[in-house]
Amino acid sequence: MKLFPTGTITGMWLVLKRLFRSYPNDIQENMKAGSLFKATSPQVASERASVNQKGLITVEYPEVKLKPPENFRFIPFLIYEPVLDAAGKPIVDAATGKEEIGVERCTACGICAKVCPPQCIWIVRAVGDDGKPKPKAAEFYIDIDVCMNCGMCAEFCPFDAIKMDNDYELAGYERHVNHIYDLPTLMKSTTYYESIKPTDYAAEEAARKAKEEAKAKKPAPAAKQATAAASAAKAATPTMQEPPATE
Amino acid sequence: MAVLSPDQVQPAEYSKAFDAESVGALLKQGVPGAVTSASSAGIVVDSAKITDVLEWLKNSPDLAYDYFNSVTAVDWADKFEVVYHVASTVRGGPPLAIKANLNDKENPVISSASSVYYGALQQEREVYDFFGIKFAGHPNLRRIFMWEGFEGYPLRKSYKEAYYEQERKPFETRWDQGHHIIIEDRVPWHDNVIYPKNFDATQFKQIREIVRVAPIIEQGDSKALKTQPIVVSVGPQHPSTHGVFRMNVTLDGETVMALEPIFGYLHRNHEKIGERNTFYMNIPFTDRLDYLSGMAMETGYVLAVEKMLGIKPPERVEYIRVIMNEFTRIVSHMFGGIGQVYSDLGAFFTPIVIYGLEERELVLDLFESASGSRMMCNYMRFGGVWKDLPEGWLEVAHELAFNRLPRVADEMETYLVKNEIFDIRAKHVGVLPPDLAVSYGVSGPMLRGSGVKYDVRRADPYSIYDRFDFNIPVGTNGDIYDRMWCRIQEIRESIKILQQAIKTIPGGEIQAGKKAYSFKVPKGDVYAHIEAPRGEFGWYVVSDNNTTPYRYHVRAGDFVNLATMEQMCVGHKIGDMVGVLGSVDIIMGSVDR
Ligand code: SF4
Ligand code: SF4
Repeated sequence: MKLFPTGTITGMWLVLKRLFRSYPNDIQENMKAGSLFKATSPQVASERASVNQKGLITVEYPEVKLKPPENFRFIPFLIYEPVLDAAGKPIVDAATGKEEIGVERCTACGICAKVCPPQCIWIVRAVGDDGKPKPKAAEFYIDIDVCMNCGMCAEFCPFDAIKMDNDYELAGYERHVNHIYDLPTLMKSTTYYESIKPTDYAAEEAARKAKEEAKAKKPAPAAKQATAAASAAKAATPTMQEPPATE
Repeated sequence: MAVLSPDQVQPAEYSKAFDAESVGALLKQGVPGAVTSASSAGIVVDSAKITDVLEWLKNSPDLAYDYFNSVTAVDWADKFEVVYHVASTVRGGPPLAIKANLNDKENPVISSASSVYYGALQQEREVYDFFGIKFAGHPNLRRIFMWEGFEGYPLRKSYKEAYYEQERKPFETRWDQGHHIIIEDRVPWHDNVIYPKNFDATQFKQIREIVRVAPIIEQGDSKALKTQPIVVSVGPQHPSTHGVFRMNVTLDGETVMALEPIFGYLHRNHEKIGERNTFYMNIPFTDRLDYLSGMAMETGYVLAVEKMLGIKPPERVEYIRVIMNEFTRIVSHMFGGIGQVYSDLGAFFTPIVIYGLEERELVLDLFESASGSRMMCNYMRFGGVWKDLPEGWLEVAHELAFNRLPRVADEMETYLVKNEIFDIRAKHVGVLPPDLAVSYGVSGPMLRGSGVKYDVRRADPYSIYDRFDFNIPVGTNGDIYDRMWCRIQEIRESIKILQQAIKTIPGGEIQAGKKAYSFKVPKGDVYAHIEAPRGEFGWYVVSDNNTTPYRYHVRAGDFVNLATMEQMCVGHKIGDMVGVLGSVDIIMGSVDR
């Protein structure tokens, strides 16, 4: 062994550099928020957690929360279209604070229950007065303790009726009742869906509109064109042919 | 034992690949009467001659099948089929499948391959545990994942697990009369355990004897004061065992005299679940194997099924897969393979772990924005990926690959190469000679640290790895230091691949054909392997023309690597043992499966 541990000291120097890079930077950012002892503002927080950040990249959860990316997936929910008032705004039920349920998209086709890898979706199909099955779920359960958040149900639902949520704070004191989500718990409006996944929502609505228009005009050939246009739009994918110059 | 220099063990040419038919023809001359049939699916041999066959394959100078990938079995209605996969580190090329049929279903016996390959020692125990197939001549044939008093052989088709509902998913109770019940209420015998018929708990004795199965290399300084040996059980709940893993260590003072790894604390029979699942459902389950490199696990599995279905993913998908895999390798090495080892060597949560974690955060953010989840990505699909990369993704990846990660790799190397303390702790500790490493089927940075230039990405290229320019770093001594050094260099090589891939990624489709959630896979079997951060991970999938795999086997690289623990630790101090275990870099999710 060498008598003088130059390597070890070099390592320590690196740590010291990091320290200087991190803390003044931290203080600066907090000052931006107004006070040294205030939690980081959401804007500063998202800058902080980016690749260009040289100092600390963490934020103080739960005071500060980073917005999850749009693709983020956690526990599915079912979508309904709310009842709209004259001005086209959803009517909010005063008692529950939820938007009133207009159209439930789920038709109880059972595809999500069939694709679900841990088999945690349970569906009872509604039956009409005539004893024939109706395209509607009478009961719909997701056991969120079993759900592995894989997103396959949302991937394969043909009616855009089940989507993955962005809400990840689900801790509870009890699991046998609270963690079995039933139909009322699962139902969330399109307004909410739009707020968490705007891009997906816009694309789905556009596709639906195109389909309906095509259906209204000429049946077969136009529909083909519309889907062709949609897939062409999809094919225009972001690529990187010319990367920015770097040294 | 002399340690070969890298040049001596470096393969000259990888081009000389033999297909199963030509090997079969050679084998017919080499071991007369052994071959029953040889086709592209593998060579079927007489079960009585299995060791002769393997011996011949290993020693044949042309073929040089020196590397033991895996052994597993398939429970057919009328027979057990034992399947071996062997490869050559000298020659490269795809592994060769050797199959032997055991027609006696009551008492299946075959002779052990452990006299030819040490790698068989641990994996044969796994086959015995799951199928009840006895390997004659195996020195230590005991259950490995299940406990000694366990009743039944879980992977036999006749075995029904505790939560059994139906042969295959989807279960009929879910739709259209899916009245929910709590899963625990389904357990027929209510406490998840069945005991053998004449089981008497008061008489049960755990087997504790130390069985030494392979030559022990004396290393380190064992001249210390002689004391009485004691057996210490390290783990399963111990911060340095990387999860629930236990080692029975016989100590003389502080010196390790013998060591036996004990598995199974995180065992969940991934393979049985996989056989109940449809092919599609298995993708998210593979994330739970090596959970620090979920993207790599998915890639391996979808490659296997794509081979069976005969589909080829579009160009863009191949690039995305390479990018994801290399990012995975970088962060897995930074956090698991390098950061954690420092931790184990006493630098507990010092900068190197934290700095590695920082970069890992950024890469996981990328994974999250593309796939929706940080670790359990569920991103790969048969013939495609789930969704195209979101806008701005490649720009961030570019910044990481061109600026940020190279900088951090430099920093890490400063700690590693120049640090005197690390030098003392890591050099000449836990030495694994190359010949032993190959015989044990060790893979990944551990194998390369021992000086064997074998990387699946080069030896049997999958996806589009043959298009990229990268080197395979190799060590010389095979000690902790060399393994770590290899990992650092691998990070650099991965950055190189990333830079090439990000620059040239084309646009286009992200799915070949139409996606379906349930489909039949044609009859046949396939073994697909990849170079994951923790070594070679292989998927052996058998289909009998159904929607679920008939057999689904995972060859976990770190499980196989762990078999060498005793060889590396004997003679060292117990503190070094912790460092050696760290340098193996295990994830219990894939070790125990
Ligand atoms: S797949 Fe969609 S429509 Fe069908 S049952 Fe599930 S949520 Fe309802
Ligand atoms: S996210 Fe996956 S596990 Fe959860 S309900 Fe949907 S399909 Fe099932």
